[in-house]
Amino acid sequence: MSAPAGTKAAFDVEAIRREFPVLEEKVHGRPLVYLDSAASAQKPRAVIDAEREVYERAYSNVHRGVHHLSVVATDAYEKARGKVRRFLGAAASREIVCLRGTTEAVNLVAQSYGRKHVGAGDEVLVTGLEHHSNIVPWQLLCEEKGASLRVAPIDDAGEVDLVAFERLLSPRTRIASFAHVSNALGTVNPVRRMTELAHAAGAVAMVDGAQAAPHLPVDVQAIGCDFYAFSGHKVYGPSGAGALYGKAALLEAMPPWQGGGDMIASVTFEKSTWNELPYKFEAGTPNIAGAIALGAAIDWVGRVGLGAIAAHEHELLLYGTGLLEDLPGLRLVGSAREKAGVLSFVLDGVHPHDVGTVLDHEGIAVRTGHHCAQPVMDRFGIPATTRASLACFNTREELDALVRGLRKVQEMFR
Amino acid sequence: MDDLRELYQETILDHSKRPRNFHPLAGANRSANGHNPLCGDRTTVYLHVADDVVRDVSFQGAGCSISTASASMMTDALKGKTVAEAKALFERFHELVTADPAKAVSAPAELGKLAVFAGVHEFPIRVKCASLPWHTMKAALEGGDRATTE
Repeated sequence: MSAPAGTKAAFDVEAIRREFPVLEEKVHGRPLVYLDSAASAQKPRAVIDAEREVYERAYSNVHRGVHHLSVVATDAYEKARGKVRRFLGAAASREIVCLRGTTEAVNLVAQSYGRKHVGAGDEVLVTGLEHHSNIVPWQLLCEEKGASLRVAPIDDAGEVDLVAFERLLSPRTRIASFAHVSNALGTVNPVRRMTELAHAAGAVAMVDGAQAAPHLPVDVQAIGCDFYAFSGHKVYGPSGAGALYGKAALLEAMPPWQGGGDMIASVTFEKSTWNELPYKFEAGTPNIAGAIALGAAIDWVGRVGLGAIAAHEHELLLYGTGLLEDLPGLRLVGSAREKAGVLSFVLDGVHPHDVGTVLDHEGIAVRTGHHCAQPVMDRFGIPATTRASLACFNTREELDALVRGLRKVQEMFR
Repeated sequence: MDDLRELYQETILDHSKRPRNFHPLAGANRSANGHNPLCGDRTTVYLHVADDVVRDVSFQGAGCSISTASASMMTDALKGKTVAEAKALFERFHELVTADPAKAVSAPAELGKLAVFAGVHEFPIRVKCASLPWHTMKAALEGGDRATTE
């Protein structure tokens, strides 16, 4: 594991698997085959240990006490913020707001930046690939402000129509918000180009990185985006810990979102003043142990190497795509030129829920349904898909098991 | 695969592949739409009720094998029943599929062929699939126009 990152030869999947305690579990008497990391990733021992150690040895509230444990916890919490900063390639830790995850981050931007800058007749642009967390917060904002939500369509391959995206950007567009990687189809969006287009139209660009962060190196400064959100639980970290990156100048000018402890500089009953960045956006006691464990997850991913993980997953994606294409009666949904980590498909004559139940009995965990992306399903005229999603610990043998399971499904519903 | 066969009984597979009474109903005087937001299953149940008797019943929709078979067999079971009998059947069916997964269940005789859904109670995540058509039927009988499993 200490081998240099990015070198394929150094990637030892069996060694990685041994770091995930859950992979020793049996499900319905079979070894667990976990192909649902796009919903939430499993956790390596380093992350589990980190969270436990906080509670056993170093826990107290942060930014408050003068006593030893508060100092230790604050230090670890702020170090975790620094790790998130480096993970995203941000210039400064004050640009990193620790939150529950992507959904909360999108809501923060919609409610704070959006409410200030979006007015009647203005527009917010999203794409047809978005999951509900990058649709509904903007709908709420648009409804409140009398603004309209525009949607850049996707093509049959599951790629955003960039010509339409550019055309839909208008002088009224205040915010363009789009996924880095689609959770339902795995499409990797050209976010740098989309950001440039948004900026050229005078809009700010927000990137939803929930599905990208576990699969490809992120550099917010290279992308040039104004906001970037991700969730720790998809990057092998704990649930309930994630972050929002925002350009300092924008965050400075934004009003607070939630009020409470830690986000204030002073409080009187007449008037309160706000704390400096990023604390202005961190009201209340945060997920202290979760944030610290997210830092441990980022360290862990760094040791394995995101480049090596991406190469391993890409090889698996090609292998799995080949296997599934050879299965009669199966249709892959989403064939973008650039994809990460997702095999989404439908089986002729079998509803995904039935596929999921039969696979579960083989110990295989997949997601079935609309993947919180109903508009994507509508675009392809299907109510739901079965989605097998990949992580660093998956193997070719597990994809072989998936195909064996799918043959059993076909046998049962023949 | 044995416990899977408890869920996917032949009768259920048969009804899911060739659903009975799967069409809109001319002359329907009650109908309701059912929706399971979790999985996207949708069903519409049509009833023709006269003199307090379900004269005819049909359904349309898209869903998994369990929800399709449940709707199909429900429509077969309801024809000729009084409204009170239909509501009682709803209660018996609901008790059957929502029984404690840890316990063995035996279906009361009045459920007849619907007893094949006894296996569903061992798959808690699939209970809503089986019960959606029934909730929708009950909503239609009671004059509602929609039902949801949530």
